[in-house]
Amino acid sequence: MPTNHILPTRVYYTIFAILMLCTFATVLIAFFDLGPLNAIAALTIAVFKAVLVVLFFMHVRYSTRLTWAVVAGGVFWLGILLALTLSDYLTRSWQTFG
Amino acid sequence: MSTVLLPPRHYLNDGYGVRSWLLTRDHKRIALLYLAGVTFFFFIGGAMAVLIRLELATPPGDLVTDETYNKLFTMHGVMMVFFFLIPVIPSVLGNFLVPIMIGAKDLAFPKINLLSWYIYVVGGLFTLYALISGGLDTGWTFYTPFSTVASTTNVIPAALGIFITGFSSILTGLNFIVTIHRMRAPGMTWFRMPLFLWSTYATSLINVLGTPVIAITILLVAAERVFHFGFFNPAVGGDPVLFQHLFWFYSHPAVYIMVLPAMGVVSELVAAGCRKPVFGYSFVAFASLAIAVLGFLVWGHHMFVAGESVYSALIFSILSFLVAIPSAVKVFNWTATMYQGAVSWETPMLYAYGFIGLFTIGGLTGLFLAAIGVDVHVTDTYFIIAHFHYIMVGGTIMGYLGGLHYWWPKMSGRLYNEGLAKLSAGIIFIGFNLTFFPQFVVGYLGMPRRYHAYPPEFQVLNVLSSAGASILGVGYLIPMVYLMWSLRYGRLAGSNPWGAVGLEWTTSSPPPTENFTETPRVTWDAYEYPASVETDVA
Repeated sequence: MPTNHILPTRVYYTIFAILMLCTFATVLIAFFDLGPLNAIAALTIAVFKAVLVVLFFMHVRYSTRLTWAVVAGGVFWLGILLALTLSDYLTRSWQTFG
Repeated sequence: MSTVLLPPRHYLNDGYGVRSWLLTRDHKRIALLYLAGVTFFFFIGGAMAVLIRLELATPPGDLVTDETYNKLFTMHGVMMVFFFLIPVIPSVLGNFLVPIMIGAKDLAFPKINLLSWYIYVVGGLFTLYALISGGLDTGWTFYTPFSTVASTTNVIPAALGIFITGFSSILTGLNFIVTIHRMRAPGMTWFRMPLFLWSTYATSLINVLGTPVIAITILLVAAERVFHFGFFNPAVGGDPVLFQHLFWFYSHPAVYIMVLPAMGVVSELVAAGCRKPVFGYSFVAFASLAIAVLGFLVWGHHMFVAGESVYSALIFSILSFLVAIPSAVKVFNWTATMYQGAVSWETPMLYAYGFIGLFTIGGLTGLFLAAIGVDVHVTDTYFIIAHFHYIMVGGTIMGYLGGLHYWWPKMSGRLYNEGLAKLSAGIIFIGFNLTFFPQFVVGYLGMPRRYHAYPPEFQVLNVLSSAGASILGVGYLIPMVYLMWSLRYGRLAGSNPWGAVGLEWTTSSPPPTENFTETPRVTWDAYEYPASVETDVA
């Protein structure tokens, strides 16, 4: 797989437009109370935007498997941070004995 | 035995002006730039420690005010952790040795390597400004909401300094990872690499994966302090424990950033000091990676009494015990290497012995702290202070000094005074134990950390500790003197004064700028010691 892939500029402009639209959507959604879905909606849009940046602006989509492994490693480590932090937040209300 | 001469052309005489140093891209010169930097910050942090121990020689707070005392221990911690312990071995010994040990001419990104040093210096200057212009009183941990809401001291400049310096760690880590992957000499397979490189590689992974988290966390602290956002301040909907999760996600692995490179150094010292391959090479290599990974799974043990859920604490407690396994693998394998070896009593080996003993005490007391019941009892006492100093000072600094003495002839081309070096190694070992062992006792008896006054019944143990600190200080100053002296007056070392194996000992001392006159071809395993290796000391 080529590592020096050159994209036409219109791809960057398209991605940029999508990112702006997503930002607009985030602001728009903030005006509606979705209850427990508030955070989920905002985070879903944010993750989608991050994926676009990583795949296109950072060229990961056109990179080697080693680059994919590095990205996967970073995401996995973020998963560790979130999972073990949630092990605290999600169990604080659990009953304790003694 | 042959006559030893300095090589006519080497990295130290390849340009003499200030420009030749400040704009150098030679990894060896950058290592020496770092050596100057970390030594400077070590003595600033050390000066704070002197004042702390002087204050604690008597029970009442009679030398400095409580506010000043808070600033002293904060700046001691900030300087020592972020500007000495974390960078010291990778940036000095790692920078000097990684390319030479794999048979390369330089690191993969020499300009980025120099940039790392400048970033480190700029970050250090920010923090120094915070110190000189009034100090910081949050503790090196920046716990919220005190740091974001209540403290009136220089939180922002210090936080910025640490934020900036973090990029130095990331770039150095990245440089090492790419260099080890891509620039090994022909025949230098992964399992022929010296164990120092395995531990440096593992450390670099932690640097790259963990440092961005502390950078963002510190930015959040700054944002909350300046713009009054509600990330961590419960008064506006934040959660202070969230800060602790984010902070310790990096700062616990940071302990392994400090100690893993020291473990790598000790592997080299033990092999050379015993003239034997390290017992269980692959176990020691993978133990480094295991420590790097497991180190990211245990941070919650810093928060057992901070409001963390009991169930979460249980998980973190079990995971914390697991770190003992790869750590013990290393200690047992070093000991097995020494078994029936021709054990040396030269200075680097003295530091290796010191490391193994002190790291074992630090590690075993870490098991006490992984047990929730004991941890609750000793949290925020001097027991904790003693434990982490045994790991971070007894481990990292003993490893660093051992490595510095071992490779000093390679770096400078000259030998130091072995008698003085042995004397200072002994003084440091005695001074260290006298300083910190009484702190285990006084902590277990209930003396809390971070107070400038204490009940009179704790005075004897505190005086012992302060006396030990003064001995330790003398022990640290002596190497400064004889190492500087050796630069001009030391006997010439020759290329291999220890009779050690490894690519760094096949090139001249000091090495040429390009490290080797021709690219080496490696056809041997690490630590292939013949029955006797001739040394070429004059």
